[in-house]
Amino acid sequence: MATLQVKNLHVTVETEQGSIEILKGVDLTIRSGESHAIMGPNGSGKSTLAYTIAGHPKYTVTEGEITLDGENVLEMSVDERARAGLFLAMQYPVEIPGVSVSNFLRTAKTAITGEAPAIRTWINEVREAMTNLKMDAGFTERNVNEGFSGGEKKRHEILQLELLKPKFAILDETDSGLDVDALRVVSEGVNRIKDANGFGLLLITHYTRILNYIKPDFVHVFVAGKIAEQGGPELAERLEAEGYDRYLKV
Amino acid sequence: MTEATVRPGSTGHSHGGGEIPLQTRNERLRSIDPSKHTKIDGRDEQWRYLDSARMGGLDTNTLRDASSELKVSAPAEFSSDLVDASDPSFGIAGLPEDLPTANAWAAATKALKLTLSGEASEPAFISVGNLDNQSAAHLIIQSKTHARGTVILDHTGKGNLAEIVEIIVGDESALTVVSIQDWDDESVHTSAQFARLGRNSKLKHVVISLGGKTVRVTPNAEFTAPGAEVELLGLYFADAGQHLEHRSYVDHAVANCKSRVTYKGALQGKGAHTVWIGDVLIRKAAEGTDTYELNRNLLLTDGARADSVPNLEIETGEIEGAGHASASGRFDDEQLFYLQARGINELDARRLVVRGFLNEIIQQIGVDSIEERLNASIELELARGNH
Repeated sequence: MATLQVKNLHVTVETEQGSIEILKGVDLTIRSGESHAIMGPNGSGKSTLAYTIAGHPKYTVTEGEITLDGENVLEMSVDERARAGLFLAMQYPVEIPGVSVSNFLRTAKTAITGEAPAIRTWINEVREAMTNLKMDAGFTERNVNEGFSGGEKKRHEILQLELLKPKFAILDETDSGLDVDALRVVSEGVNRIKDANGFGLLLITHYTRILNYIKPDFVHVFVAGKIAEQGGPELAERLEAEGYDRYLKV
Repeated sequence: MTEATVRPGSTGHSHGGGEIPLQTRNERLRSIDPSKHTKIDGRDEQWRYLDSARMGGLDTNTLRDASSELKVSAPAEFSSDLVDASDPSFGIAGLPEDLPTANAWAAATKALKLTLSGEASEPAFISVGNLDNQSAAHLIIQSKTHARGTVILDHTGKGNLAEIVEIIVGDESALTVVSIQDWDDESVHTSAQFARLGRNSKLKHVVISLGGKTVRVTPNAEFTAPGAEVELLGLYFADAGQHLEHRSYVDHAVANCKSRVTYKGALQGKGAHTVWIGDVLIRKAAEGTDTYELNRNLLLTDGARADSVPNLEIETGEIEGAGHASASGRFDDEQLFYLQARGINELDARRLVVRGFLNEIIQQIGVDSIEERLNASIELELARGNH
C-alpha cells in the first residue's frame, strides 16, 4: 500500500507580467487502488497540479509539500520521481525525432527497473500490451510521437503506463481529442492495467465523459487553484447536470 | 526550434531583407594558378567565417605532394593508379575555386585514381592520415557506365592537408562516396570535392566531420546530362574551439535532374563554430529541375555558434520544385522533460535526443561498420561534452 500526499501546495509560474500564483493551497491524499477524478473549468490549475507532481521546471513550489510514502518528492529530480513510481500521461506528448518507440520504451523500462529487460519476454510484453490497446505492430518502428494522430499519442501514453508499472498514475486530460471508440479503448486499457497493477489513479478532466468508462471513487472540483468541493461519484453526475457555473459565480 | 543566422540570398527567390550575394555562383573564379586567387580575407564571402590564422599554412606555404601516401583497400571491381595531368580524367570534374585548393593542385602533380567497373558489393576504403603539416593530395574517383559501388574516404590522425577530390559519375552508374573527417584536435583540412554527373547517374555523397581544428569541405555537384540525381548528406559535431565548415554547390546546368541536400550538425562548448552554406543554381536550360536543401543545427551549450545560409538562384520558372529550410535551435527542454518523466536520467535523455537528431543522416550511409563507428564517435563526443 502506497500513499501520495499533497499538503497545502502553493505553486507559482513566471510570466512576463511577473510571478503568478496558480495553486493556492491544495490538499489531496491518494492511496494505492483508489481512483480520484479532478474536475474543473479551464484555467483552474488542474494541469499545473499534474505537472508540479511530475516536476516540470516551469512551476515553482512556494509552500507546502508532496510526499510519496513519506519521502519528499519535491527534492527529487524529474527522473527520480518517475523511478520512485510516479507516472504522468501527458496531454501534449512531444515528438522526439529519430528515436523509435521501441528504443524509447526499452530505454525507459531499463531506467525504471534499473536493468535491461530480457529481450524475448520484453518483446512479448510490448506486443501483448499493444494488441490490448488495438495498436498496429508497426507502431514501434515509428519515431516517438512524430506524426502520431491525437488518438495514437494517447494510446502510446497508456502503453507506457502498462509497461512501466508505476505506483501512481496521473492522466492529464487523456480524454481530450479522442473520438468515442478511441476513448473506450483507452479507458478499458486504464481499467485493465489498474486491476492488474493496483496503482493509485489521479484522473484530470474537464468533461464527465471519461467518467462513464473509468469510475472514480472520489471526485474533487478544482476552482481557482483550490479544491472547492469533494465527494463521491455522485458529484460528477451533478456536474454533468449543472456545469461549473455554480462555483464560478461566487 | 528558433531560426538563427539564416540569410537567404537569391535572384528570383527573394524573401526580402536578405543580403544578395556579390556574384552569381557560377561566376566565381576557377583556376589552377595560386597567384590568380585572392588571399584569405574576411571581406570575401568565401572566407567570411575563417581567417588565415586557422588555416595551418595551407593558404600560404608551398605544399608537399602526399597523393602517393594514401592507402587503398578495395575489392576487385576497383582499380587504382597514380596518374598525372596527361590522364584524360585529370581536372575533368572541377578546378580550384580558392587558394588552398590551388596550392594543392600546384603541389600534387600526381593524383590517386580509383576506377570502378561493374558492381561492387563491398566498399573501397581510402585511408588518409598522419601526414606532414604541409600536405597536398589529389584523388580521382570514377565510376564507369553502369557501375555501382561505394568509396569511403577516411581522414584520421595528425597533419594539415589541402585536398582535391574529383568524382566522375559515369552514365547510368550509381556511386556512393563517404568522406569522414575524424582528425586529431590540431589538424587542419580543406577538401574541395567536385562531382560531375553523367546521364541517368546517381551520386550519394556523405560528409562526416567530427575531429580537427579547422575542417572545410566544399562539395560541388554539376549535372552534365539529364536524368541524374545527387544526394548531398552531411553530419558534423563541433566541440569547443573547433571550426567545421561545409559549403555545398549544386549546379543544375541541364534539364530534368534532381538534387537533395541535407546537412545536420550538433555543437557544444565555447567557440564551437559550424558553417553551412548551401548554394543551388538552376540555370535557364535546367527545366524540370527538382531540388531541396535543408540544414539543421542543434546547439547543446552556450558559447557555440552555427551559421546557416541557403542560397537558391533560379533562372527558369519551368521547374518541378525548389526549396530550402534552415533552422538552428537550442536543446528542447520539453523533450528532456518527457524523457525524464519516464525515468531516463538527464545525461541519457540528452544522448537519446542528439543521437535521434543525427540518426536521419547516419541511417542513410548504408555501410554497417561506418554506422557503428559513427554511433561510437557520437557517444564519445557527448561524453566529452559531459552531456
